[in-house]
Amino acid sequence: MNAAVLFEKVSRFFGAVRAVDSVDLAVEEGEFFAMLGPSGSGKTTCLRLMAGFEQPTGGHIEIFGETAEGIPPYRRNVNTVFQDYALFPHLTILDNVAYGLMVKGVAREERRKAAEDALAMVKLPGYGARRPGQLSGGQRQRVALARALVNKPKVLLLDEPLGALDLKLREQMQDELKSLQKSLGITFVFVTHDQGEALSMADRIAVFNEGKIQQLGTPEEVYKRPSTRFVADFVGSSNILEPEFVKKLGGKAGLASLRPEAIELNNKRAGQLSISGTVISRSFLGASNRIIVIVGDTKLHITSPATQPVPEEGSTVSLSFAPNDLHLMETTT
Amino acid sequence: MSTVTSQRVMLAKEAGLVGRISDFFWKHPHVFLALMLAPPLLWLGIIYLGSLLALLLQSFFSIDDYSGLVNYEFTLSTYGQLLNETNLDIIIRTVSMAVIVTLFSALIAFPIAYYAARYAKGKWKAFFYLGVMLPLWSSYLVKIYAWKLILAKEGILTWLLTKLNLLWLLDAWLSLPVIGGNSLSVSYTGTFIVFVYVWLPFMILPIQASLERVPVNLIEASSDLGSTPQQTFRHVLLPLALPGIVAGSIFTFSLTLGDYIIPQIIGSSRLFIGQAVYAQQGTAGNIPLAAAFTVVPIIIMGLYLWMARRMGAFDAL
Repeated sequence: MNAAVLFEKVSRFFGAVRAVDSVDLAVEEGEFFAMLGPSGSGKTTCLRLMAGFEQPTGGHIEIFGETAEGIPPYRRNVNTVFQDYALFPHLTILDNVAYGLMVKGVAREERRKAAEDALAMVKLPGYGARRPGQLSGGQRQRVALARALVNKPKVLLLDEPLGALDLKLREQMQDELKSLQKSLGITFVFVTHDQGEALSMADRIAVFNEGKIQQLGTPEEVYKRPSTRFVADFVGSSNILEPEFVKKLGGKAGLASLRPEAIELNNKRAGQLSISGTVISRSFLGASNRIIVIVGDTKLHITSPATQPVPEEGSTVSLSFAPNDLHLMETTT
Repeated sequence: MSTVTSQRVMLAKEAGLVGRISDFFWKHPHVFLALMLAPPLLWLGIIYLGSLLALLLQSFFSIDDYSGLVNYEFTLSTYGQLLNETNLDIIIRTVSMAVIVTLFSALIAFPIAYYAARYAKGKWKAFFYLGVMLPLWSSYLVKIYAWKLILAKEGILTWLLTKLNLLWLLDAWLSLPVIGGNSLSVSYTGTFIVFVYVWLPFMILPIQASLERVPVNLIEASSDLGSTPQQTFRHVLLPLALPGIVAGSIFTFSLTLGDYIIPQIIGSSRLFIGQAVYAQQGTAGNIPLAAAFTVVPIIIMGLYLWMARRMGAFDAL
């Protein structure tokens, strides 16, 4: 079976800037695929390469087994939900949603019906007569989604789709996107700089930095077994432990990551690794406390459930964790 | 710490007249607004609209054929005169010219404006503005006389076409009825060329401004949804640029309707509305008919704007 989207050594340079640098990836059919990274990491350029807004400087792109480079966006059965929605301000909501069908020559009645169904699917029935300017950000987001989905794309591309929404709405849309993707079975590729969003929504995540994929895997793999210092730091802000420190803990000398929530305070049990340090700061986060402990000259972040007692600043505590929570990374620097 | 806390929160009231005036205006913003707006509104209302209204009133008077004096009694006879064959001819000639000049200006201006709005950056953009604006800085009369020389039978255009062995093309064009003539400088074609040249900046700049406001991602979204570039132009770019095109066409259309210098210097001796007004209020002394002539462009522009509005030209504003 062909991959939905296949990149073989794909590069895109802008002058001297290597926006995308020899990237290999395969998005499986029907999966929810996230491209995660900081701004300027090449994730959006990858999305634009899939949409056809950019052409690769080198390499080969296939979409469902068909060569994609050199094919303009309007000949690809791939649709995009834009970051700022890009709704047509001079058209009504219904005409916006029906736009793709209109340019493909679908009869008026048929495309109106399809557009109304799409609006109902994104929970905006009866909004067709309004203009984009009359809708809130969250509603525009849904219209943009309906406008893309009405074309029944083989792949739906989402560029920071929830970036402009407030927290509450964002969480709600995450759930809705996820269930929409499940029920439609369309391949979703979405770009985000929010690691929480990527972890909660995606089937697989590609973590980008400086035009390259740092790690590609399931959310659990990427979170628990980061392969590089960058991934460990960017995804969930892990404690990164230098080789000497790891050796002192009784592990193999190598760069390791240790999740803040894997560490327990003053609760050493059999089989756990342990070390003691001094509490230098603590802050209340609601469901948990963040405690920073210094061991020698290494600072460790600990996320402790709010149900656990909080040690005083300056007190000495013992830190313990299961040996396999200490994850040795492939790289040493 | 103590020096900070000993200071007062509110600053002392500013002494002097200026300070008191500022405080007064801050408390009464409407008074300030009224004071700012009154002079320009008075100017607009009395000098501008008032005199225009006075002029229009004149069109409802008539002129006594024997004494040549204005008869100050309400009558529509001047408008009847306006619709006689000669005068109607003038109106049709002027409106046709204005329509063609406007259409052509829009056609030429759009690609230039599109390039400037989409692709020109940095020094190319500066060059664009300079190129468009520079002709506006030089005297209008100088430009028109320059064109007369260019278009004259002994002018550079004829010379150039002779060198290129293309003079037959010009001769063929000039032998056409209505638009042809003895030479370009005494034909409607010549009038048309100069009109387009002189008014083009007024078309380019509003179109460029409207295209600049079209976000690039709308073009991408259209393409993403399956639009070919032609469809994107028709369904996205053109509707969004339409307010700019209409704004530009208001300039080119009304300026052509009212101009009396270009057709006098370049073209056939047949009159345009502007020349008719000039002749009627000057040599003929027929102020009522001159006033009636000036009403024509006003009505045409009113109709034009009403139609543009009905066609949705301003929907994207």
